[in-house]
Amino acid sequence: MSTLMDVPAGKTKREVIDQAVIRFAGDSGDGMQITGSQFTNTVALYGNDIATFPDYPAEIRAPAGTVPGVSGFQLNFSSEEVHTPGDSIDVLIAMNPAALKVNVGDLKANGIAIINSDSFKESDLRKAHLTTNPLEDHSLDKFRVFPVELQRLTRSALQHLGLDAKAMDRCKNFFALGMCYWLYNRSMEPTVRWIDDKFKKKPLLAEANKLALKAGYSYCEATEAFQISYEIPPAQLSPGLYRNLSGNQALALGFVTAAKKAGLKLFLGSYPITPASDILHELSQYKDFGVLTFQAEDEIAAITSSIGASYAGCLAITSTSGPGMALKTEALGLAVMTELPLVICNIQRGGPSTGLPTKTEQADLLQALFGRNSEAPIPVLAAATPGDCFWIAVEASRIALKYMVPVIILSDGYLANGAEPWRIPSVEEIPGIPVRFATDPEGFLPYKRDPETLARPWAIPGTPGLEHRIGGLEKQDVTGNINYEPLNHEKMVRIRAAKIDAIVQDVPNVLPSGDPEGDLLLVSWGSTYGSITQAVKAERAKGRKLGHLHLRYLNPLPANLGDILKRYRKILVPELNMGQLLWVLRAKYLVDAVGLNKIQGRPFKQNELEQKIEELLGRQEAR
Amino acid sequence: MTTTALPPLTKKDFQTDQEVRWCPGCGDYAILAAVQAVFPELGVPRENFVVVSGIGCSSRFPYYMNTYGFHSIHGRAPAVASGIKIAHPELEVWVATGDGDALAIGGNHTIHMLRRNVGIKVLLFNNRIYGLTKGQYSPTSEFHKITKSTPFGSPDHPFNPVSLAIGAEATFVARAVDVFQAHLKDTLKAAAAHKGSAFVEILQNCNIFNDGAWTGLTEKDTRSEHVMQLEHGKPLVFGKNRDKGIRRKSDGDIEVVPLGNGIAESDLVVHDAHHPRPSYAFLLSHMEHRPGFPTPIGVFRAWDDLPRYEDVINDQVREVIAKKGPGDLNRLLRAGDTWEVK
Repeated sequence: MSTLMDVPAGKTKREVIDQAVIRFAGDSGDGMQITGSQFTNTVALYGNDIATFPDYPAEIRAPAGTVPGVSGFQLNFSSEEVHTPGDSIDVLIAMNPAALKVNVGDLKANGIAIINSDSFKESDLRKAHLTTNPLEDHSLDKFRVFPVELQRLTRSALQHLGLDAKAMDRCKNFFALGMCYWLYNRSMEPTVRWIDDKFKKKPLLAEANKLALKAGYSYCEATEAFQISYEIPPAQLSPGLYRNLSGNQALALGFVTAAKKAGLKLFLGSYPITPASDILHELSQYKDFGVLTFQAEDEIAAITSSIGASYAGCLAITSTSGPGMALKTEALGLAVMTELPLVICNIQRGGPSTGLPTKTEQADLLQALFGRNSEAPIPVLAAATPGDCFWIAVEASRIALKYMVPVIILSDGYLANGAEPWRIPSVEEIPGIPVRFATDPEGFLPYKRDPETLARPWAIPGTPGLEHRIGGLEKQDVTGNINYEPLNHEKMVRIRAAKIDAIVQDVPNVLPSGDPEGDLLLVSWGSTYGSITQAVKAERAKGRKLGHLHLRYLNPLPANLGDILKRYRKILVPELNMGQLLWVLRAKYLVDAVGLNKIQGRPFKQNELEQKIEELLGRQEAR
Repeated sequence: MTTTALPPLTKKDFQTDQEVRWCPGCGDYAILAAVQAVFPELGVPRENFVVVSGIGCSSRFPYYMNTYGFHSIHGRAPAVASGIKIAHPELEVWVATGDGDALAIGGNHTIHMLRRNVGIKVLLFNNRIYGLTKGQYSPTSEFHKITKSTPFGSPDHPFNPVSLAIGAEATFVARAVDVFQAHLKDTLKAAAAHKGSAFVEILQNCNIFNDGAWTGLTEKDTRSEHVMQLEHGKPLVFGKNRDKGIRRKSDGDIEVVPLGNGIAESDLVVHDAHHPRPSYAFLLSHMEHRPGFPTPIGVFRAWDDLPRYEDVINDQVREVIAKKGPGDLNRLLRAGDTWEVK
């Protein structure tokens, strides 16, 4: 059998390209998320820049072969910098008619469709509500279609192992993965290692999956199915050691790091909820770092146990998504009143109510800023990319501990599950987080503040002589005793607000990327960072004078934000909501900003943003 | 925890300078006095006590205890306390709560804290009424009770807090009465000695909104007919002249029998608070609802062989560290597949 390198030229062409978008789509039981992650890991290890978009149904296993059961994993990998998973796709792997139907609309003309032709029987078509067979009805004529008998070929590769048909069929995703590795000239080595580790205790299954993978690769080689293969050289990322990291993993690592830097025990109180549960899963593994994870009976106990742990001297955090955030509201007020450090992660999803549990949205900003009874300001930070979740976790912890306040982190389903190459910092380069527990009974008063930060002392149970009481009732200034006097109440409300406002001293001034002044400034926050960056780059290349400002601190806002807004003729605020940051900016800075609002449970596409920019500036303005 | 070299604590050490703001005559005063009397005897340094409460009259309790204290939000005291206890198992964490706080809005936290066996002592002040909101019926109010929110009588069937706690398989469950000071103190001491979750229902009068909440049990001339004091290893006897008892029937149920006429104490059920299974204690907890049966007080169940939740969690940490060594953060950040960009 020939090896890749000596494939005669002319039979199989190898083309060097700079970027490709690939999407794996199948039933939620077809292992598409694993297949996609494996491909991602391999190309990341090779040195490509990547952005991923796992898109899976809320149902664990919707009826097999149906449209609601389709699970997809999209990857954009490139020799250049990438910020988004890509608007449209170059290669689609479709494991059944439903997966084809749902995804083929995103496939570029002349794009490659690798289709499991074994699953296009009449009953399969019916399940996908198709009346004709797309493999025969010419609906796919504008694509390069490769029907492959994935089931039959996988079975014949594995038949000697003595597995039953079901077990063999479960390996067909790796057959498809092997094909993709051939198509993009990638080594199977990292996946082989992963299989060996994953099926350590089941050598037969390890063998089966490896064989399926290699069979897929060899199939392409032997049949010359594709006529062409592609090579995407490594990207020029800034030097350093990299790993592939998802947003939820990054948050977990960030908190472990912050706890270590602060010299505190880390406590997570959490209740399972999509798409935040992975933070609980991750942190529950890190017992060797002394991490205490408490899977509470409900969202309320998740946060109130964290408040208890904070009172007892832990770096305490709680993780949830929108519906859980709603349940935690009263306890957030308690944390504000008792002035205890706490970090609350809201991994936003489509809402209201149960909404779209597995889809992304950024519609909880106003809830984070204002969603509590009475005057209860809380600092709010938002991560821009999966890797940025690490730094946001460290920063939120630092603010919570320095100022003795609860801090909200906004992430979302897209960041939580999406992954990117992350430059691994060395622990030594991350600044320490100084924490001082009160120990001296002399002059101790629970609400006597640090003049600079307005933080009250953190006096934890077990400290002799500092016995004191805190709670949700209004406090007397300094003493912390219960107090209902009108002037004291107003004073305390203003102190709590001033304390949050003072955090602005730690918020770096922002600098727009792109043009420092000009026709249009795009202001964004959260997970839209990537697509907006990409769109601004493309539109500036056309000669437009654009700036882009991405906010990581949403409360307090950067001190120089108002000045920057004045430097542009127009302001556009693209958000995956009805215009929440827009509302804040208009109210606070009296600017006539406009919004671009998408509420479809999906991230922005680059072209949607470019269209809006062109609509605002006019096509003729392009120089 | 260390108790050496500390001057002995007194009741006074546990009193605060805060003016106590319960209504004159409230049963809470008696409970406060009992707790302040018992705490100095537990051999625990004062700074290791944490008293946590929710919302309600009873939940003012922490302000009057000169310990660490946390007056949290309605119903959530068991969860706040669990966080404290998991973070620092050596702390002595007590929860003061009421029938509304622990059984209505906070019912979920109460049962889950108990089934986990977190080493927290819960004092449930049961006055069968909402006092702080001025007189609505509570989850322990009697069926048909007329209150501000039930002018035609309560349509709710009440919870029996002791049954509920035993149903959640709490490892220590007891009942005491505000006015029986000596018995209350003994019960609190027994709760303190228990390592796992301890649940103490304290029957308490609200002389403003539900005066006489427990009259039948507290009036001098009738109480011995209606109250049966449980003592481990002793037969179940009650009555003014200790002339009645509880006997097992052949079908496993229990009955009230008069002593004498061939029935001796040796025929009666001997109280076994240490039984690992909760079914016997549950049977006891329900007898008061049956005609002719007394209301038991004292320790229904004290089985302390179940590991405490906070120990299990912290032991997992210790075991992993013993096995793998303490975590190396640089290694953790570099876990999995990595690649170098030059």
